[in-house]
Amino acid sequence: MIALLLRDLRLAVRAGGGFGLGLAFFLIVTVMVPFAVGPQSALLSSIAPGVLWLGALLACLLSLDRLLALDWEDGSLDLLATAPLPLEATVTVKALAHWITTGLPLVLAAPVLGVLLNLPQPGYFWLVVSLAAGTPALSVIGTFGAALTVGLKRGGLLMSLLVLPLYVPTLIFGAEVARRGAVGMETATPLLMLAGISAGTLALLPFASAAVLRVNLR
Amino acid sequence: MPVAECAFFRAAQSGKRDVMDLTVSDLTIARGGVPVLAGLGFVLQPGHALILRGPNGIGKTTLLRTIAGLQPPVSGQITGAEERIAYAAHADGIKPTLTVAENLRFWARVFGAGGIQPALEAFDLTTLAERQAGSLSAGQKRRLGLARLLVTGRPVWVLDEPTVSLDTRAVAMFADAVRAHLAWGGSALIATHIDLGLEAEVLDVTPFKATLAPVAGETDFDEAFL
Repeated sequence: MIALLLRDLRLAVRAGGGFGLGLAFFLIVTVMVPFAVGPQSALLSSIAPGVLWLGALLACLLSLDRLLALDWEDGSLDLLATAPLPLEATVTVKALAHWITTGLPLVLAAPVLGVLLNLPQPGYFWLVVSLAAGTPALSVIGTFGAALTVGLKRGGLLMSLLVLPLYVPTLIFGAEVARRGAVGMETATPLLMLAGISAGTLALLPFASAAVLRVNLR
Repeated sequence: MPVAECAFFRAAQSGKRDVMDLTVSDLTIARGGVPVLAGLGFVLQPGHALILRGPNGIGKTTLLRTIAGLQPPVSGQITGAEERIAYAAHADGIKPTLTVAENLRFWARVFGAGGIQPALEAFDLTTLAERQAGSLSAGQKRRLGLARLLVTGRPVWVLDEPTVSLDTRAVAMFADAVRAHLAWGGSALIATHIDLGLEAEVLDVTPFKATLAPVAGETDFDEAFL
């Protein structure tokens, strides 16, 4: 499992691996929002948590289509399916690698981008906490979407359509934590819901992803 | 003689010989819901190789994928395949941005087998070890794909057209590797159109061609959505 994780991380940082792609996308989206809504700092600071969460979610989505598709194209997925590693472990490790290369940089970059959107001072902590609790769910759900569309030519768009609705609960509770934190309200309830979603998807979805992958490999 | 060393190395590593047969009995397989081969059966003993022959589209690849466990058979039984098969298909599963050694080392670690040096030597890849796999020629990539078989430590090789894009010298290298594998007590099931010069039984699958009736009644409603 560690071998697979290290390979995926190594592939991500090598040429064409797409490391930083999501981060750059997040940066550009966040920078463009003030251009679109105008320079009213009060308006920006009230929409900042939601915009940052939406940006992070779309950045996560961006790198999903290569998560399993590349392994399918070059035959690695067939070989991994016949390897001693159970397919459930394979998809979990792949989701973890996706989170480390996409989700984690987003969590770390979010406070910096919060400045650009005039995020209120108490919001920074809760923004980071909510993203740290929510982005694992984005990677795990995304891996499920990637497993559903593996083997389809140009399956990326279809995958986005399948995955985005599944992201809704994570987005609602994640943005709610960040918004409540920014205005100094109590955050425990949405944070628990968010963490529950992450834990639940992490526990259940790898089995669904592996089952779907087995069908798709036939 | 690198290949012999390699076999010795693996025998020493695993410590025991694998003595289980691969048995296929009354197997019917389907591709895309249409049965392609029916009533197929054979026994592959350790130390033996079986060459599959048959025209294009007869179902050799489907048969090998079924035996490798990538798809379920329509009916019939396969025993002795679970967790014992090293499968090599048309695609080699090579990552172009990793070096040759990194590619091999990854598979060695996934299969929990030992070092990659014997495998590199067996397929004359030592000088290419630090090259990026993306810059290899088609034949060199194929050699890397076949070298992967040696690092899996699995006793049953299931190979689909292993000699595609290999030159005569590399084919000889491959045949040596298979011979060493058989001498070690492994077995090999190979779909190929060329003569490898191996002392192997040949199974022509043409007589097992399924009559083109769809598997009516056997697919339930849910299956239609899979």
